[in-house]
Formats: sequence, structure tokens, C-alpha cells
Amino acid sequence: MLGSAITAVEKLETGIPGFEHVSVGGLPKGRTCLLSGTAGSSKTVFAVQFLVEGIRRGEGGVFVTFEESPENIMSNMLSFGWNLEQMVSEGRLAFVDASPQPDQELVEAGSYDLGALLARIEYAVGKVQAKRVSVDSLGAVFSQFSDVATVRGELYRMAVALKKMAVTALLTAERTEEYGPLARFGVEEFVADNVIILRNVLDDEKRRRTLEILKFRGTDHAKGEFPFTVIPGEGVVIIPLSETKLEQKSSTLRVTSGNETLDEMCGGGFFRDSIILVSGATGCGKTLLVTAFVSGAQKQDDRCLLFAFEESREQLFRNASGWGMDFETMEQQGKLKVVCVYPEVMGLEDHLIRMKREIRAFKPTRVAVDSLSALERVSTGKSFREFVIGITSFIKHQEIVGLFSSTTPTLLGGASITEEHISTITDSILLLRYVEMFGEMRRGITVLKMRGSMHDKGIREYAIDGQGMHIGAQFHGIAGILSGQPMQISQPEIERMGSLFREELGE
Amino acid sequence: MNKFRLTLYVTGHTPRSEKGIRNLQRICAEELQGTYEMTVIDVLEQPQLAEDQKILATPTLVKELPPPLRRVIGDLSDTEKVLLGLDIAALADRNERKGK
Repeated sequence: MLGSAITAVEKLETGIPGFEHVSVGGLPKGRTCLLSGTAGSSKTVFAVQFLVEGIRRGEGGVFVTFEESPENIMSNMLSFGWNLEQMVSEGRLAFVDASPQPDQELVEAGSYDLGALLARIEYAVGKVQAKRVSVDSLGAVFSQFSDVATVRGELYRMAVALKKMAVTALLTAERTEEYGPLARFGVEEFVADNVIILRNVLDDEKRRRTLEILKFRGTDHAKGEFPFTVIPGEGVVIIPLSETKLEQKSSTLRVTSGNETLDEMCGGGFFRDSIILVSGATGCGKTLLVTAFVSGAQKQDDRCLLFAFEESREQLFRNASGWGMDFETMEQQGKLKVVCVYPEVMGLEDHLIRMKREIRAFKPTRVAVDSLSALERVSTGKSFREFVIGITSFIKHQEIVGLFSSTTPTLLGGASITEEHISTITDSILLLRYVEMFGEMRRGITVLKMRGSMHDKGIREYAIDGQGMHIGAQFHGIAGILSGQPMQISQPEIERMGSLFREELGE
Repeated sequence: MNKFRLTLYVTGHTPRSEKGIRNLQRICAEELQGTYEMTVIDVLEQPQLAEDQKILATPTLVKELPPPLRRVIGDLSDTEKVLLGLDIAALADRNERKGK
């Protein structure tokens, strides 16, 4: 029989947004964890945030620094809103300053150990009743002393001592490659029970930060790399994609698209908690459809949040009033909020977090994004896919109807990458297509997909004028619109084909 | 003549600590002939002093006076390096030259 002293690995909630999800509850409690990453991968921020969140929960923290001076760290972390100086003066945080002292030459005359360091850590842990310890970074110790074997042995002794003190410790270590050896100096050998890797990969001229839990000995964690971002005023925010479970409730409530005929085509309007993708070439009326959707929020308790990535606020408002829709009044009534951002100003992860925050704050019933393809510009394929999944599942989870527009690269027909990523996630897809007929450009709209509802299968012609979009009758006598090569079909041919199917159906 | 103020930080009563203390006593007796003040601090008993001085390794010898402040780590078994680290050899040289 096992003794009762042996218990399963407990987890300590770190408080770092998203980390609990990725780690299934937090860091293994009372153990040491190696946090490895290249230069600039936010190891120090993560290590400090781990302590700050603990201090917010009433758990004291000790920061052992081998690299930067405590003064430097304190001033650097102010931008995240963490007043470390105050935490130190309140006796909740203690620094053990083991950073190199530039004015002091160190001569080695005989054998030594790091006994003083261990004594200082133990002393600091006792002084602030620490439950969490961060050591930043292990590699920097090696640069202070010439005897690598001694330092390695002493660091091992430190890891053992930390375990004995029953603190949960995070030890950072630097690595030289994003996908190479775990850490320099072989430090992973003695803190290998738990390993987290932070990456900062340059992909197609864009930086992409990810966190991966390589192993947690004896306990569970999510596998793979999870994107994260570092936000001023907040610190590290991890975006857990697996959080986006497919457990959205399904609503049968319908809301208007802002266009009566389109509502009819969709079988009575969009579902309350669905995602609709509007795809079309440039100038075919996507923004108009978005505008109509926004102004559909006239009803009681209906509020719309519009994320515009292509046009400025003024442009949007002017366009809307050109179609007889008054955005200004809607905004004054609190029915509308317009957020205009250039896609280039931040990374996609930051966009996602910002959008989520705006949605949480405004609590809209409908969200419009114009356009997704503008965001695609600033990202790589992988992070775009993650973004689309992240934002759509978040919107659905809130039981909001979301309308996303997407520009196709070609004028006639064709699909864009956006659609590849999003089409399986969206509940409905509306296609707006140019149709070249008899020497003129006409426009066609069709409901390609409408999950859980009957819908008009026809491709209908529409026109845009000062009143907005007018959807007319189905195109007749023409085929191949979606492929971008419309072909006229003569009347007898249509009749012949019609009768062909009738025969097959046994009519 | 300037008096030397030396502080030796050690961890408990380990063989290495004892060796460091013995070596320092020997060096002081041989090289400094009574012109020194020596303090031994056990970091296990006074961790705050180690914190204030930012001591990492033990034994660490700190020469507080005369300036400049110097540090030597290790059990001080390499006398030449200790003298070099404390800047004592240079001082002895200067005294010799002055005497001539």
C-alpha cells in the first residue's frame, strides 16, 4: 500500500490570463519549473507576472535576479502597471540581487560554493512568507563565475533547496534557437520535471509569440504551441485556442439583416447566435451590406458594435447617411459603437484581445467586422486561422450575431484564403458576385449556406442606389456565375434539362 | 600606515569555511604584519549582511579599507591570487620603492 503522504500533484493557479487553461489548472504546486526561451521571448515579464499575480492573491514572492538590477526591473515593469517598489516596501515582495556588480572585479582564489546565495534566498522566502519564487536567469550565473561545474552543482543544490522550502518556483533559462536545444549550459538536467518554452518566431517578417508546455511530470497539460501577446498595462496574455469549445447553444431566434428581401432569402433573417460571412469582390456592396446590418439594430435592446479595418469613421458615417442611415443618432442613443483601427497598428493577437475587450465592455447583440481580409494582410496563415477561430467562437459564445465581410482577390468568382479558414466555422455564407452579361457588369447575390434553415437557393440580381441594396429576381438563362464564367443558356436547352430531371425523379 | 579592514563571509562550519579562515589568518600574519582588522561573518546567521553586500559565493573576502573595495572568492588557498585580488602586492611594491 502506498503511504498516505503521497498525494497527486496539486496545481497552483498562476493568475496569468489563459495560462490556467493551457496548463489545466496552473503550475505544479511546490515544484520548480524551467521557463526557457530565446532573448526577447518575455521570460522576465512572465517571471515577474507570476509573482505579481501571487501577491494579488496574498502569496508573498521572491525574485532572484542574476541579470538585471532590481532597480532596472522595477522601472521596466511599471509599464505593465506593476508597482514592485511598493510591493517590496509592503513586505510582500523581496528581491535577491545577484546581478553582476560592474564596479567590482572578482578574483577567484581557491574553491567556492554559492552558499551565500542559498542563504539569502532562504532568508528572503522567510521574510515575505513567499509561496512563489522566480529566478531570472540561470544562464547569467555562469557568466559571473569561471567554474562551470561548480555553478551547475550549486544551481542543482538551489533547485533542491527550493523544493524543500515548499515554494512554487519558476526558473528562467535562455536558449539560442527557437527550435533547438532546450537551454544553454545543460541546466535543464536538474530542473527537468516541468518545462515551459516561450517562443518568439519570425515568420514572414512578423513576430509570433507562442507558449508551449513541454512537460509537466505527473500531471496533465494542453499540448502544442499557444499564441500569446504582451500588452502594456497587463503583461502576458495567452490565447488558449482549445478553450474555444464547440458548445455554443443554438438559438432559433431570428434577427433582421437590415434588408427585407435578404431576410426572406435567409428564411426569415439571421439566427441570433450565428456567424455570417459576406464574400465579394471589391466594390460589389459588402460595406453596404454591413451598413444595413448595423442599422438593423433599431429594435429595442439591440446594439451593434462595428469593427472597421478599412474605412475611417467619417467615411463610414458619410456612406451610411448617403444610404439614408443615421449612424450618428444611433451612436448617441447608445445603439452603436464604431471602432476604427488600422490593421497594421498591432499584431493579430493584440487585435483579438482588443476586440474581445470591446465586446465585453459594450455588450452588443450584433457585431460587424469590415473586413476580415484587411486583417489577413497583417498576419501569417497560421495566426490568421487562430484569430478567426478565436473571434468567431468568442462571438458565438456570447450569443451574438456576427457579420464578417471578406474581399475576394478576383473580380469574377473565386475564393480567398479568408474563406478557406472561415467557411467551415461560419453558419451562413452570402456571396456577392459580379456577373458579366451582354457587355455590362451586373451583380448577383446568393445564400450559399444557411445552417439549420431553409433558404433561397437562387442567384438573384441586385442593384445599389441611393436607398441601399435592392434585391430583384433570380438570374434566368445563365449558368456559371460562381465560377466567374457566366454562360447564356438558350431557352430550349433549359426546358430540355428541366424535363431530364423530371424524368429521373419519376414525375 | 594604512590599516586593512577585511571581512570574510562563510557558510556555517564547513571544511571549506574553516580552510578559508585558516588561509586568511596565515596570509594576514605573513603579509600584513599586524596592520589589519579581520571579521568573519557566517551568512547562515546573518543573511541580511550577505544581502546588503550582495555576496553570492562563499567564502568571499572583502577588502573594505584601504580603497578601492576588492573582493576575492574561494578558500584563499592560492596566496598569490589573494594578494593580487586585494591589491596588496602592488602596495608592498610601492612601500619597497619608497623605502629605497
